[in-house]
Amino acid sequence: MANVNLKETFLNPIFKGNPISVLVLGICSSLAVTVQLKGAFVMGLSVIIVTGVSSLICSLLRNTIPNRIRIIVQLVVVAMMVILVDQVLKAYAYSVSKTLSVYIGLIITNCIVMGRIEAFALGNKPFASLLDGLGNGLGYAMILVIVAFFRELLGSGTIFGFQVIPQCLYDLGYANNGLMILPPMALVLLGCVIWIQRAVQKDLQEK
Amino acid sequence: MNTNSNVYTVVYSTILVVVVAAVLAFTAISLQPKQNENVKKETITKVLSAAAQADQTVTIAEDADVMALYSEMATAAFYVDGYGKIVGEMNLGKENVNDIKVATNADLKKQNDIFKKIADGQNDLLASLELPVYVINVNGKSVTVIPCYGAGLWGPIWGYIAVAEDGRSIYGAVFDHKSETPGLGAKITEDFFQNQFAGKEFGQGSQKFDVVKGGAHGASNGVDAISGATITSQALGRTINTWATYYEPYLKTLEVAETVEE
Repeated sequence: MANVNLKETFLNPIFKGNPISVLVLGICSSLAVTVQLKGAFVMGLSVIIVTGVSSLICSLLRNTIPNRIRIIVQLVVVAMMVILVDQVLKAYAYSVSKTLSVYIGLIITNCIVMGRIEAFALGNKPFASLLDGLGNGLGYAMILVIVAFFRELLGSGTIFGFQVIPQCLYDLGYANNGLMILPPMALVLLGCVIWIQRAVQKDLQEK
Repeated sequence: MNTNSNVYTVVYSTILVVVVAAVLAFTAISLQPKQNENVKKETITKVLSAAAQADQTVTIAEDADVMALYSEMATAAFYVDGYGKIVGEMNLGKENVNDIKVATNADLKKQNDIFKKIADGQNDLLASLELPVYVINVNGKSVTVIPCYGAGLWGPIWGYIAVAEDGRSIYGAVFDHKSETPGLGAKITEDFFQNQFAGKEFGQGSQKFDVVKGGAHGASNGVDAISGATITSQALGRTINTWATYYEPYLKTLEVAETVEE
């Protein structure tokens, strides 16, 4: 795999091989942090950084890593990145880091990160691995933001905390959908996203 | 080089761990001051928003400069021991807001640990308590804000209670938690629960305050628990009760002072 198509490497995980909607990985956190756009946005950004940089580091180390402890080495690298992101958030985005609470720490256990290192970074050059990591993070973040957009809009009537549904609609009897705030609706929305994607990309449908 | 030999593996993992540890230690130390400031700001926000409930016209905006606001509104902040004696002062930041000193959760946890020892019979520790008290001036009302801190269902819960001049009536309270169940125990931070505290008062005797399952039925020293969050509610009731007990000697002095003035 000396000559991987770099553009393909970056774009594939965003659409055709999206980690959430196609591979169905990282579902847990996508249900938990998508109540509001702000949280989803920061979470997505954190995952992009973690997947990108840890793929890059692991790819740089790929020829030196002893095969018997390679999973442990990957874990150490990912854990380091996650703790770094967590610390930076605690220092510069305290309120967001409080809403995300344990989920930033749980990026360590997100299958996308480890999966991409194991499947891609260990066998490819650093730049390609960086793109692969960033692409996967971006694919994850994109779904998070889509789900969070609808949950915040329908659940709280706001976008990024700003009221977008006008007061006159509430006066006419419109009410926020409280169910949207709860995780089950995130799963339903996620199902809709997968449905739409499969309807558009016919080659994803199983025969 | 044989990357599968035992020596290589051991050396490799040692170097990796040392490097990672160094990177993390460096980040943790360099970001520490900034993180501590965030924690301090959060504590101040809680103290102020508890105090603000004494006057409906005062609200603490989410993006307010709480440090400046605190240095302006606070009239005194000090520690009292278990006998109600003032044992230390906290900087109010009147000259420089960065000097503001507040008792963070780590400090409260220390006090809570001492409570446990006292409950086990080590009564001499009462004098070693350092319980923080904030006196905030809200539109001319002198509001005493006292914290509470204890174990919830999954992690610590804490809160700030605004007490009136008489040392018994409660103007309001705000609570927070680390990891209570979302939608159940986590509701202690919501208005519908916190608003119940306005107009209540600390009771006499062993039951100072309680969060009552099945409803407080208008009791002056209790509020309704949250359905489905029995353990968090009980824990919160216990926490408030414990802290109120240790603050009682100090709060009594307020009551006495008030009577003398009349």
